[in-house]
Amino acid sequence: MELLYFGDKGWGDELFFATLMTIAVSITAMIIGFLFAALFTPLKLSHNKFLNSIGNAYTTVIRGVPELLVIYLFFFGGSGAIMFVASIFGYNDYIEINAFLTGSFSIGIISGAYSTEVFRGALQSIDKGQFEAAKVLGFNKYIYFFKIILPQMLRLAIPNLSNVWQITLKDTSLISVTGLVEIMRQSYIAAGSTRDPLFFYSFAAVLYLMLTFLSMQLLNRLETKYSKGY
Amino acid sequence: MDFELMINSFPKLLNATLITLKLLSVSLILGLFIGLGFAILRMNNNKLINKFAYGYSYIFRGTPLLVQIFIIYFGLGQIEYLRTTFLWVVLKEPYWCAIIAFSLNTGAYTSEILRSAFQTIKPGYLEAGRSLGIPSKIIFTKIQIPIAIKQSLPAYGNEIILMLKGTSLASTVTLMDLTGVAKYIISTTFKPVEVFIVAGGIYLFMTFIIHNVIKYLEKKYGFQT
Repeated sequence: MELLYFGDKGWGDELFFATLMTIAVSITAMIIGFLFAALFTPLKLSHNKFLNSIGNAYTTVIRGVPELLVIYLFFFGGSGAIMFVASIFGYNDYIEINAFLTGSFSIGIISGAYSTEVFRGALQSIDKGQFEAAKVLGFNKYIYFFKIILPQMLRLAIPNLSNVWQITLKDTSLISVTGLVEIMRQSYIAAGSTRDPLFFYSFAAVLYLMLTFLSMQLLNRLETKYSKGY
Repeated sequence: MDFELMINSFPKLLNATLITLKLLSVSLILGLFIGLGFAILRMNNNKLINKFAYGYSYIFRGTPLLVQIFIIYFGLGQIEYLRTTFLWVVLKEPYWCAIIAFSLNTGAYTSEILRSAFQTIKPGYLEAGRSLGIPSKIIFTKIQIPIAIKQSLPAYGNEIILMLKGTSLASTVTLMDLTGVAKYIISTTFKPVEVFIVAGGIYLFMTFIIHNVIKYLEKKYGFQT
C-alpha cells in the first residue's frame, strides 16, 4: 500500500494524474470522433456513388485494421505529414507534434468510424414519416434538423454510443506506446522502477474497471433521460 | 510513394501474418471452450457460481486487453512460487502469455454471446424435447447447442474480427506478428504510409474473408432474426 502514497514516496499522485490524462484523452478522442462522424455519416447515406464509397472506405478500413497499426501510422507519420504541409507554405523547420494531440487524433479517427456506424443506423431507423411530415409542414432547415431529426436520432444512438465510449476508453491504453503518460504508461514506469509489475498492472486494471463502471452509471442515466417520452 | 519498399516488405509481412493467424486460431479455439464453460456457469441457478461467472466476464470486458497481457507477461513472473512450478515453462514464453491473455479475453466475450444465444432459445423446443422423453444431456448437446451456435453466428463473427485486431497487441510483448514486423519496418525506414498500406491491406483481406465465411455460414444454417 505504501506504493500508492501521494508525494515523493509513492505513486498515488502520479497515477491520479495519469487517470485524469486517460479521461482527457478519451473525451477529446470522442469529440474528434463525433466531428469525423458528422462528416462521414452524410457521405454514407448519400445516394451519390462516389461520396458513398468514400464513406464506406473510411468505416471499413478503420474498423478492419488493428488500432495499434493506426496509432503507429500517426505516431511515425503525423509530424512528417504536417511538415510536408508546412513546407508548401514555406516553413521548413522540424515540427514535433505533441503526444496528446497525436494520441487523441488517432483514437478519435478510430472512434469516429464506430460513431459513424451508430449515427447511420440511428438515422435509418427513424420512421420515414417523420422526415416527410417535417418537410410537409414547411419547417426551415434548422428546426428540421435540430428540433425534429436530431433528438430522435440521439435517443436511438445513445445506447450504442455508450458502447463506443467504452471501446474508446479502452483503446486509449494503446497510446501508451507513443509515450503519453496515461494510466498504462504510468504503470509501466512505476512497475519498472519498483520492480513490482504485478501490483501496478493490477492496479491499472482496477482503475480502468472503475472508469468503465462509473461512466456506465452516468450513461445509463443519460439514456433514461433521453427516452423519457417513450 | 516508395513502391520498392512496399514490394520488398510484402514477403516479410506475409510471413509475419502466419504468426498472427496462429495466435488468432489457437486463442479462438481455447476461448470458445472457456466461453462455453462460463456461459453454462452463467445459467446456473446457484447465485455464487452465477456471480463468479459474471465477475469474470465483467473484469475481462471492462479492462483493456493490453493490461491483461501485461499482467500475465510481466506480472505473473513476479510470483516466486510460480517460477518453481511447471507453469513457468509456459509463462516465460511471450507467445503463450499472449495466447493465455487472448483466450481469456475472447472467452469472456464469447460467454456473453453464447449466454444470450441460449436465452433466446424458445422454451417450446426444450419442452418438446422433454415431453418426448429425451434425456437432458442430449437435449443440451443436440438441441440447445446447435440452435445457440446458429443464433450466435453474427455476433461471433464480429468477435473473430475484434480478436484478429486484438492479436496486434502481441507485438507489445516482443512477438513479431504482422503489426510487430510492420512497426519494425516503419521505425527503420520511416515510411509509415507505405507500410501501413501493405500491412493494413493484409488485415483488411483477412477481415474480408472472415466476414464472408460467416455470411456464408449464416445463410447455410438459415439465421433468423
